[in-house]
Amino acid sequence: MSDSFDQISQQLKRRHRKSARLKWLSMGALGLAGLFLLWFFTDMLIKGLPAFQQAYVETEISYSEEAAKDARQAIDSDLIPIVSRTEIRSIPLLLRNEPDRIGSRETRWLLANSEVDQYLKGHRSKLSDKEIATVERLVASGQVEQKFNSTFFTQGDSKTAESAGILSAVVGTIMTMIVTLAIAFPIGVMTAIYLEEFAPDNRFTQLIEININNLAAIPSILFGLLGLAIFINFFGVPRSSPLVGGMTLALMTLPVIIISTRTALRSVPESIRHAAFGLGCSRWQVVKDHVLPLAMPGIMTGSIIGLAQAMGETAPLIIVGMVAFIPDVGASFTEAATVMPAQIFTWASEPEKAFVEKTAGGILVLLTILISLNASAVVLRKKFERRW
Amino acid sequence: MNSMSTQATVQTPGQSAERVEQQTPAVGQPYTRNSEASHELSIRVRDLNLWYGKSQALSNISIDLFQKNVTALIGPSGCGKSTFLRCLNRMNDLIPSVSISGLVEMDGRDVNAAKMDEVALRRRVGMVFQKPNPFPKSIYENIAYAPRMHDMVSRKADQDELVEKALRDSGLWNEVKDKLQEPGTSLSGGQQQRLCIARAIAVQPDVILMDEPTSALDPISTATIEDLMDKLKEQFTIVTVTHNMQQAARVADYTAFFHLGEVIEYNDTKVMFSTPAQKKTEDYISGRYG
Repeated sequence: MSDSFDQISQQLKRRHRKSARLKWLSMGALGLAGLFLLWFFTDMLIKGLPAFQQAYVETEISYSEEAAKDARQAIDSDLIPIVSRTEIRSIPLLLRNEPDRIGSRETRWLLANSEVDQYLKGHRSKLSDKEIATVERLVASGQVEQKFNSTFFTQGDSKTAESAGILSAVVGTIMTMIVTLAIAFPIGVMTAIYLEEFAPDNRFTQLIEININNLAAIPSILFGLLGLAIFINFFGVPRSSPLVGGMTLALMTLPVIIISTRTALRSVPESIRHAAFGLGCSRWQVVKDHVLPLAMPGIMTGSIIGLAQAMGETAPLIIVGMVAFIPDVGASFTEAATVMPAQIFTWASEPEKAFVEKTAGGILVLLTILISLNASAVVLRKKFERRW
Repeated sequence: MNSMSTQATVQTPGQSAERVEQQTPAVGQPYTRNSEASHELSIRVRDLNLWYGKSQALSNISIDLFQKNVTALIGPSGCGKSTFLRCLNRMNDLIPSVSISGLVEMDGRDVNAAKMDEVALRRRVGMVFQKPNPFPKSIYENIAYAPRMHDMVSRKADQDELVEKALRDSGLWNEVKDKLQEPGTSLSGGQQQRLCIARAIAVQPDVILMDEPTSALDPISTATIEDLMDKLKEQFTIVTVTHNMQQAARVADYTAFFHLGEVIEYNDTKVMFSTPAQKKTEDYISGRYG
């Protein structure tokens, strides 16, 4: 006689309990990960958003003869510790370039010292009681205000926190990524096409395949050492330049592009290849006219993800000297430059409190770019998704 | 074994053609045999052997295929009929483990010779596959692509004309003439298969190979394709694989019966289905296995 429903239910209870336990465990893991992510983002936003606001002081500047020699003569002595040193230092330079200004007066909003900025944001500052009194007076009269920090997006790095910006790092990143993409994309895609469409399946190609997969798992700092040894020491590529940085990162991105391209090529159904071969296409025509266009969205997605990965990379760039103090926005691929993660790294190691804010602000900019890159990869994949 | 001894001799259908004319046509043969059917040789196959790695898939195949006829290859699954078909346009080259010996001759040239370019061969020997596989491009592009690739057309007007002709020949023109720019994959299965046929004939090959062209289609589409094959044989030599014996009986002028990689019998279709010479053929045709 077979078991009754009651008997079966008895046995099932244990199994149901087990699967429920597993379900709760996995949901817990997911929840924990989500919680960490939320914590991380909130912390970043709380620390980083104030970086986009900066204190400015409305200052009357008198461009006198003395000011051309000693900039401290140009503004009210009470304001000297409050206004940013960078602003004061730029006055003699301005007068040297435009001598007919001498003798005139002008009222402008100048960047405030980072200590003032920190004080206004409610952080600890090194201002003396007298200076605090001045600041309070100026705030009351509307001469000190928090404004949108355009300096952060239009200037390069600086030793004074208030005038430090991320532009030179953004430009450096863009140039480095151009080099990376220009090298890794064609080489990666062609390698994948060869391995997937042309190469015979023998020991040699299997060996290459295993090595490419292993390459993707190599610690990135080793690529930096390779870049240093080969590109800088052997080929003499200028150190710290977007060229050498891009070449080093291209080595790192290559396996990612090769692997994703091969996956994309493999997902093109064999029947399309047969149809093309049957019509008398040569192998290259099959690839160029039929397989590649169908695989392109997948290839693009993989490449963008590889690029985003390279963009967040710091370790190999430290080795090739791209972590440097770069106040000027780079103009060529062979000049010294820095990239966003390296800039964040530089700011993070500054002792001043005001740089903590810059660090978080830099991370926000980097994250925004990375998230939009990854989102574009997802959109691309969704848009061109094809079913056979 | 009787069947073994027949393998050694070249099998030419029509040897018994005179005798056939006097016989009453077999039941279930809607098409009358074209008595003026050409007996000009299209492809000559001698002692063809093929191995997948170490396992032999074709043994000592020697048959002649004739121009402007439909030749059907029938036999149980795994008998090597599709493999044989792919030998005729060297599609087996795509499978790395395949090795071939013997002669496949077309126009006096050895198809497998090192000098023979498989691209040139496939231009003259087109192929239609089991599952309709139009390119994921427009209907127009599906057909225009290959002639353009082979430099058969240069002007846009010529290309338009060629596309129209191919679509008319495949009986698809009236159905698609207003939507030539729509993707080929938007058509129904039967239409897709006719699009694939149009694509193949647009290159103006001599031979069209069809690998079970109707096995993925419904009965009505199947009938349409069979009618089409009957029309197309006026222009092309058609070699079709089918495991539907009724289909072979309906469309084929000649039929070859494959079994375990050998050609057991090759004859005029009517003879084959009415008075098979071999016991194995008779067993297969009468449905005793397969």
